[in-house]
Amino acid sequence: MMSNPATTPLIEVENLAVRLNTSRGPAQAVRGVSFSLKRGETLGLVGESGCGKSVTALSLMGLLPDSAVVSGSIRLDGSELVGLSDADYCRLRGNRISMIFQEPMTALNPMHTIGHQVAEPLRRHKKYAAAQARKEAIALLDRVGLPDAAKRIDAYPHQFSGGQRQRITIAMALACEPDLLIADEPTTALDVTIQGQILDLIADLVEERGMSMILISHDLGVIAENVQRMMVMYGGTVVESGPTDEVFRRMGHPYTQGLFRARPRLGARKGTRLKTISGTVPELADLPAGCAFGDRCPLVEDRCRAALPPMIEVGPGHDVRCLRTDVSMADHVGALSA
Amino acid sequence: MSVFVLRRLLTLLATLIGASLIIFLVLDALPGNAAQMLMGADASPDAVRALTVKLGLDQPLAIRYLQWIKGLLSGDLGNSYVYGTPVAGLIAERLVLTIPLAIMSMLITVVLALSAGIYTAANHNKLGDVGVMSLTQVGLALPNFWFAILLILLFSVRLQWLSAGGFAGWDDGAWPGIKSLLLPAISLAVVQAAILARVTRSAVLEVLREDFVRTARAKGLGKREVLWSHVLRNAMIPVMTVMGLQFANLLAGTIVIENVFYLPGLGRLIFQSIANRDLIVVRNCVMLLAAMVVIVNFVVDVLYAFIDPRIKVHDL
Repeated sequence: MMSNPATTPLIEVENLAVRLNTSRGPAQAVRGVSFSLKRGETLGLVGESGCGKSVTALSLMGLLPDSAVVSGSIRLDGSELVGLSDADYCRLRGNRISMIFQEPMTALNPMHTIGHQVAEPLRRHKKYAAAQARKEAIALLDRVGLPDAAKRIDAYPHQFSGGQRQRITIAMALACEPDLLIADEPTTALDVTIQGQILDLIADLVEERGMSMILISHDLGVIAENVQRMMVMYGGTVVESGPTDEVFRRMGHPYTQGLFRARPRLGARKGTRLKTISGTVPELADLPAGCAFGDRCPLVEDRCRAALPPMIEVGPGHDVRCLRTDVSMADHVGALSA
Repeated sequence: MSVFVLRRLLTLLATLIGASLIIFLVLDALPGNAAQMLMGADASPDAVRALTVKLGLDQPLAIRYLQWIKGLLSGDLGNSYVYGTPVAGLIAERLVLTIPLAIMSMLITVVLALSAGIYTAANHNKLGDVGVMSLTQVGLALPNFWFAILLILLFSVRLQWLSAGGFAGWDDGAWPGIKSLLLPAISLAVVQAAILARVTRSAVLEVLREDFVRTARAKGLGKREVLWSHVLRNAMIPVMTVMGLQFANLLAGTIVIENVFYLPGLGRLIFQSIANRDLIVVRNCVMLLAAMVVIVNFVVDVLYAFIDPRIKVHDL
């Protein structure tokens, strides 16, 4: 079946659910996640560790552990990816969908030269000969700003700094000009001074190549500056999604508001305690039946605990999974000014 | 030749000097005079004294040590107290058996262990993994001499393919010699392979959990390709360490199997020399073993650097 690239979204995720087998029993790591992404569009995923953002990304890559049970639908240009054989998935990974990981220090194989590792996807997907792949690898490393790329192509990962290694993994991910780039906390492990450079590089490349991007971060600042749309995840579900400006301006979910308040701020009076969200993240193996945030929510009511609240549209393209948006969003005006 | 190799060579030399000192002193402190032992308990004290002088045992410690080292360097290890023949010849006679046996056994070990280890790691927690791992458990529990007897019963007594013992030597070409060492080599290899297979499996499993494996998968490499091109080389360091230890053990620790198969190996020579208080043979054999262990470790160290590009730099 041919699909029209102008109207079909690049990625369409519908009702994605992932169950993982953990040592503490089966855990519903992701449930009811739906979104779509057009070509060239950028989406941010934000939430605490364990909220399901990385699992969502890995299920797009088809890289969940064998024991994971995935249901729902993930379509790339209209063709279904859930249930695809590993051999078929291998043709997509690194080719049409690429991923950058959090830890540049361990994401590269210490035994292989960086040239070999950057050339690998080219040799595999584009069937480049060794010399051609090497030339292209140098060009890619140049593009991502690795100094002296031509000279250092035969060096090993341990001879580079963290920021340089992240540039190398970016070059690797971009080698085959993928349609979708997934960046999972790409700057979390880097020095603050390097973080900005790497994010700028990613933004430039996304723009330059017309890629779509899913940027995963727990840092609201990173999300605010780098993506057009964002989704806030909690307990394996999306609790709020919408255009980034909209979400930041009128955050509707009590959890989003809590996240926002918990940011450390410059210029706060000395001795001011950092605001936190009371309580702890629920165990994915033991999620409540209703709203996952219920136990920590100041606005919780009995009906919140009864069943998972539906997504409610609170603005153009802006949805919130909360029954109490009437109060939360009225409150929020006060929360921001407080 | 890198600085790394040079430094390792210096360490090797220092270790050998240290080992020679310890060996010399310990054997010297051993109770039991070689001359007394040779002459028997009721020999006259004068005769014993005369023999002591003849053997040079009356010289001061330092002189005897230096004489020994001088002999070692020039290849003259002295004569056996018991046989009266040169020690170097006695040892050489045994090495033509022990070294080929160790190499054959190591080859069998490596082939069995790497295939079993890689197979089980690639099929982690599946039926094949559990099955092969249970087999290695059995291999670990088998006394090798008992397994050797089973092999003799099957291949020598029943099938009559191989002889039950003895060493054919190398005079009639390689094959008769190899044939006579085949069963001993297998008996020695089985237990070692079980250990090495388990080491290989856990090393591969550990590397499979590394981030760069996920990166390689994210590039579109299949599981098998990732295993061969990214995982194995990383997993080889612990495997080679154990291989080095096992090879050293094969050079000296095979006396039981030598006895089962009537093989005149180095282990037997050492055992007999200890029983006879033929200390000059013991001393040289132990020195030889120490040297071989140190050299094997040196080779393993240099191989590390070949496999892992990080090692050279760390050591500079």
